[in-house]
This record gives sequence, C-alpha cells and structure tokens, in this order.
Amino acid sequence: MDFELDDEQTALRDAVRRLLASTYASIDGRRAATAKAPGWDEGMWGRLAEMGVLGLPFTEEDGGMGAGPVEVALVAEQLGRVLAPEPFAEAVVLACGLVAAAGSAEQKEHLLPGVVDGTTVAAFAHFEPGAAAGTPPRSVTATQDGDGWLLDGVKEPVLHGAQAGVLVVSARVDAGGTDRTGLFVVATDAAGLDRVDYPTYDGIRAARVTFASTPAAPLGAAGADASDVLALVTAHAQVALCHEAVGAMATALDLTTEYLRTRKQFGVPLKTFQALTFRAADMYVSLELARSMALWATLVLADGDPDAAVVAATRAVVQTSAAGRHIGQEAIQLHGGIGMTAEYAVGHYTTRLTAIDQLLGGRTAHLKALADHVGEYDVVDPLAV
Amino acid sequence: MRLRLSEADAAFREEMRAFFTTQVPERIRSVVAERRELSKDDIVETQRILNAAGLAVPAWPAEWGGRGWTSLQKHIWHEEMQLANVPAPLAFNTSMVGPVIAAFGSQEQKERFLPATANIDIWWSQGFSEPDAGSDLASLRTAAVRDGDHYVVNGQKTWTTLGQYGDWIFTLVRTDPDAPKKQMGISFLLIDMTSPGLTVRPIKLIDGGQEVNEVFFEDVRVPVANLVGEENKGWTYAKFLLGNERVGVAPVGSTKSVLARAKQLAKDRLDDPFVAARFAELETELLALELTALRVVANSADGKPHPASSVLKLRGTQLQQAVTELLVDLAGPGGVASGADDTSAVPQWARVAAPRYLNYRKASIYGGSNEVQRQIIAGTILGL
Repeated sequence: MDFELDDEQTALRDAVRRLLASTYASIDGRRAATAKAPGWDEGMWGRLAEMGVLGLPFTEEDGGMGAGPVEVALVAEQLGRVLAPEPFAEAVVLACGLVAAAGSAEQKEHLLPGVVDGTTVAAFAHFEPGAAAGTPPRSVTATQDGDGWLLDGVKEPVLHGAQAGVLVVSARVDAGGTDRTGLFVVATDAAGLDRVDYPTYDGIRAARVTFASTPAAPLGAAGADASDVLALVTAHAQVALCHEAVGAMATALDLTTEYLRTRKQFGVPLKTFQALTFRAADMYVSLELARSMALWATLVLADGDPDAAVVAATRAVVQTSAAGRHIGQEAIQLHGGIGMTAEYAVGHYTTRLTAIDQLLGGRTAHLKALADHVGEYDVVDPLAV
Repeated sequence: MRLRLSEADAAFREEMRAFFTTQVPERIRSVVAERRELSKDDIVETQRILNAAGLAVPAWPAEWGGRGWTSLQKHIWHEEMQLANVPAPLAFNTSMVGPVIAAFGSQEQKERFLPATANIDIWWSQGFSEPDAGSDLASLRTAAVRDGDHYVVNGQKTWTTLGQYGDWIFTLVRTDPDAPKKQMGISFLLIDMTSPGLTVRPIKLIDGGQEVNEVFFEDVRVPVANLVGEENKGWTYAKFLLGNERVGVAPVGSTKSVLARAKQLAKDRLDDPFVAARFAELETELLALELTALRVVANSADGKPHPASSVLKLRGTQLQQAVTELLVDLAGPGGVASGADDTSAVPQWARVAAPRYLNYRKASIYGGSNEVQRQIIAGTILGL
C-alpha cells in the first residue's frame, strides 16, 4: 500500500500544472477558450499532445506513452483544479480508450496516432435521450447489411460530438432475439449522419447525433458483445472524472477559504463567524474522503482485475458525487451572492462539478449497483479486491 | 503508488490475524462481537496475553516493550485486532500514561511503572476533565500545593472512564495559580487511588451503564516523586498525550466488524432496497475513511502528522454512531426489551442495540469533541 508518487509522476504533475497555468491561471482563460470553437484551447491541446499527455493511457505499441491510471489521474486532477475545458477524460480516456481496448490492430493503427498527436479528437456517442445512467444502448440499433453495418437512432448528448473527427458509437445489436451491446466507429462524413451542436450549461459543447442508415464499422470483432470492455473503459473514464472533480473541489474550497479570510461584513472578516468556518471544515472532510477514494480506485484500476475495477469506480462515484454536491453548494453559499455570478470563478466550479456528477451517472444509480450485491460479502477490504 | 501490501507487510497481516483469532479466547472475543459489556477480567486477561506476545505496547520505545514497527504495521496491528473483536489494550495505560512516562518520566518512574502498565498490573484512570473544564481543559482547577516532600491535592475530576477499576490515576493539577497563562501553571501528577481522601463516585449514564465516574480529592497527599517531568510543564505532556490519543482514533476496524455483524443479523431484510442501500452507503463511507487512515499512516513515516488526520476522529465517530443507529432500526420495536434476561424471545443483539446507540453518543464528545476537531481543521489546515 503506497500513495506516494514516484519522481517521474511528480515531474509529470508539475509539468502539466505549469502548462495549464499559462492559459488557465484565472477563470478568464476558461471563458475565452469556451467562447469560440471548438470549445477548448487548440494551442493547449497541441502542447498537451507534445507533452505526451494525450497518449498516456495507451501502450507504446499503439503509439502511446505506456503510462497507467495513476498518470491519467494526475493529469485529470490538474485539469479540474483550473477548470481546463480540454476533453481529456471524455476524448482520450473514454473514446480512445474504447478504440485501444476493443479495436482491431488495424483500427488502432488507423485511429490512435492522430488522436495521440492532437490532430483529431474522438468522441463517444453513448447517452440516449431519456435513458437512465448505466443502461445499455437501446434506441440506437445496429443491423448487418451485407458485409457492413448500418446504425439508426439518436444519441444525445454527445460531448464535443460535432467537433470530433472520430466517432465511437454504442448500439444495440439484435442477435437472434437477444440484445447485445456493440461498439462501432463512424466516419464523420458518413451518409445519414447528422450532428447538431450546442453549448452545455458548464460551457462546453455537446451535440445531438442522428444516424439514419449510417454505415459503421464494428470496433474489433464484428458481432462480439462489448458490454465488458465498455464497463471497464467506462470505469477508467469515471475514475479520471472523479479526479477532475477532486481538483475542482480543492480549488472551490481554496476560493472559499480565501473569501472567508478577506471578505468583511459587520466590520470583521467572515472567518470570525464559527457558523461559517465549521462549514468550511466539513467541506475539507468531504474533499479528503473523496480524494482517498479516487486514489484507491486508481490503484485498483492499475492492479488490473476488471471486475474489481468496475466496483471500485462505482464506489469512487458514490463518494465523489456526494462530495461534489456538498462542496459545490457550500462554496456558493459561503460566498453569498457573488458566488452566483458568472463573473466570479467559484460558481463555475459548482457548475462543472454538477456536470461531472451527471456525466458520472449520479450517486443514486451507483449506490443501487452496490446495494444489489451487498449481501454477497462480509466486509470491504481495500487491500484485497 | 501501489495497491497491494508488500510481501513483508502482507505476511505481517497474516501473522496478526492468526494470532488474534487463535490466541485470544473466543469467550472474550464473542463479548465484543455481541456488543456485551467487557468485564475487568476480560480486559486484563486479553492485555496479558498480548503483552506476553509483545503485542500490547508496540508503539512504546523498544527498551520498554516497543517493536519499532512502521506506522503501517501499527495500523495493521490495530485494524486486525479490531476486526477479530479482540478488546484493545487499555488505552489509559498503553496510549496515554505509558508513552508520557516513557518520554518525560524519571528513570525510577519508568522502572516502577512501565512494565506494570504494559501488563496492566496497574490499571490507570485518566484525571483530566473537571466539571468546569471540558473542551476548555486548561481552565482546570484541581490544585496541588507543595508541602515538604508531598503535594496536597484538592479538587474534583470527572468523566473518569472505568475509574471504578482504577489502581492509579494520572492527573493534570494546577500547581501555579498565578502563572501568566492558564496553560503554564499545570503539572502532570500520578496518584495512587487508594490514597486517603480520594473518593470515586459512579455517574449513571442514559444507557443504564456505569462506565464513568467522578473522582474527588480531599487533602490527598502525593509524594513529589510522583510528579512526571517538571513542575508546571504538564500542559506540554498533556498535548503530547492527546496527540497520541488521536492516532488510531478512527475506529475503522471495530465499526467494520459491527457493520458486518449487522449485515448477518439483517438476513433477508437485505432484500429491502432501502436497507441494502444503507449498508452500501455506510460501507462506502467507511471505506473512504479507512483509505484516509491509510494515507495518513503512509505519510506519517517522518513523524509529522498528515493534515488529513484531523478528519479521522470527526468522521470516524460519525460513522461509528451511524452504525449504532442502523442496528437500532434493524432491532425495531423489540429493541425496547433491553431489561429482559437471556430467556427473552427478543435476540440479544436487538436488546442491546438501543443502549449501545445511546452509549456511543459519547464518541463525538470525548477525545476532543467533533466541534473541537472542526476548529482544528478550520484553524490549522484551512487557516481560518
């Protein structure tokens, strides 16, 4: 059991922090980057690629850096700390992670280099309108058409779906009366593909992506059920998002304590009021517990057992979701009205934490997943998962 | 960063687990598992078994029985002990007065007290709190006035846990009422509880139990040789002691053990999604706490406490209490049959659920109340 970073990991974290500070030292950086297409800073994306960050989770054979979940977590936390809008967890860990995990050698060779060098961004079209978190694809279907496959249906929201150069799509495959989950790659100029772009409340871009007999290539072996690989890669992306949330929570707490120190009312600094400082103390408790859980989940991912990874990610989401709500809400409340303004930074942290929570699937769904199996073991042993 | 224990630490864990589950009588461990009250003999017998095996005072200096373990090993020892429902060594002896005597006592005091303290030949009580000095401990008023080779002690201590078993009591007493700061006039004095003028009176608590006491001192004569360290430096030693008290203050293992037992007792009620969700939630919260404890342990190697350590007491007691609440809910109306004997049709666990719940309201009060912990977090960590 060891929570210490090695020298290379520390160097990576510090380098990413320095790089991000060049653009996102204040909330104005995020405002500027999200105000224009593609919704993040392309120069920053290129520099992250040069640093190797966009290839971190992939093997050297696939053109990546051969790093692991720990390195991914470090980067995600730094992005969260400054609310950098670059879609690292969504594009690199999730969308490309699926290509790396499920794609054929040829697909990987074709798709990954452009992503790793920053020239293309991948998106994963998975959420379906009205579908609960964590459910398999239903309304988007894949049907075989001679040697190829056709997709039909609507995916929404697809994060940066209109900006992506590579679309990975989950779809329901009818396999003789039973449903399977299939993963497909769709070219952005494919016939019958329609993408409608819009902003999300946290300032990034999403799209409604419609498929009408749209040709698609199965990711990996045609017809294979992709539920397990989807669950595992999703777990990796969820844990990365948890770290992004931890970074955002840490800054939200920093901003709040700074405000309590400097803001005066009734002639004294707000920190004079114990009713406020105790609430800040509880925010710290939530932050540290969430950080512990995210770190542990990262170590479980690195340990390699896929079933354990999915459960650990679920526990991390349960903890992060509660902490993000708590810290986000209190950060605004302790600031007062200024926390509600788009001008000031802290509200943006609450906004992003809310979006992360929704993207993670929320506490209730994940708690249910744990509750369904609670009778199957005596105690949770963090060292023997 | 690495999930797994090193081979050596994993072997250590196995060794501890094997010892605690085979060398401490099942008769005693079942008392803990069933949340019944431990007798003095249960506690003494267990500590002597541990002491004989070198497992009672591993954190003490090697010369007095310490093992020179890493922080992680100490954590594993503590967790495995709790998971096996082994009564922990008496904290007053092993985590409080022992380390103070070892660090600040005279050679004569060390020789006289430490072996007996480790083996619980002396049962120590704690004489810190007073009726008007709770969280504000430094306003204590029990006075010790020098008279030749003795101090004459007058005053009152309270909340003295298990004081009815106490042979000796370690106290904070005011030796200089005129000191410029109230912290500066306090001394650390060891007092034989059979001394004339010392009276112990039980305080009955809301759970019906008698675990705490008041201790009165009327002209109690205490040899000057029983002063630990220097006169008027007692506050320094008390802070050292309270720092030790907070290590291992998160009762993770015992709370896990109670939660696991609650799950067995709940049986098919786990089919109720609300009940199952409560277990899932508590297990997850407890895991986050345990991991935070492990982070603190892993980072305490250089002797500097990790900032997150203050979270442990606060959250640890909240979860300890939450699990006692869960058992009250599982017990339902049958739980009021607390006064029935073992012929009762209501199972034993259900009969003790509410008294234990009531008893554990203490956890967020003692050892620095949770409000004091928030004060520490806000002040020393957040700079507020």
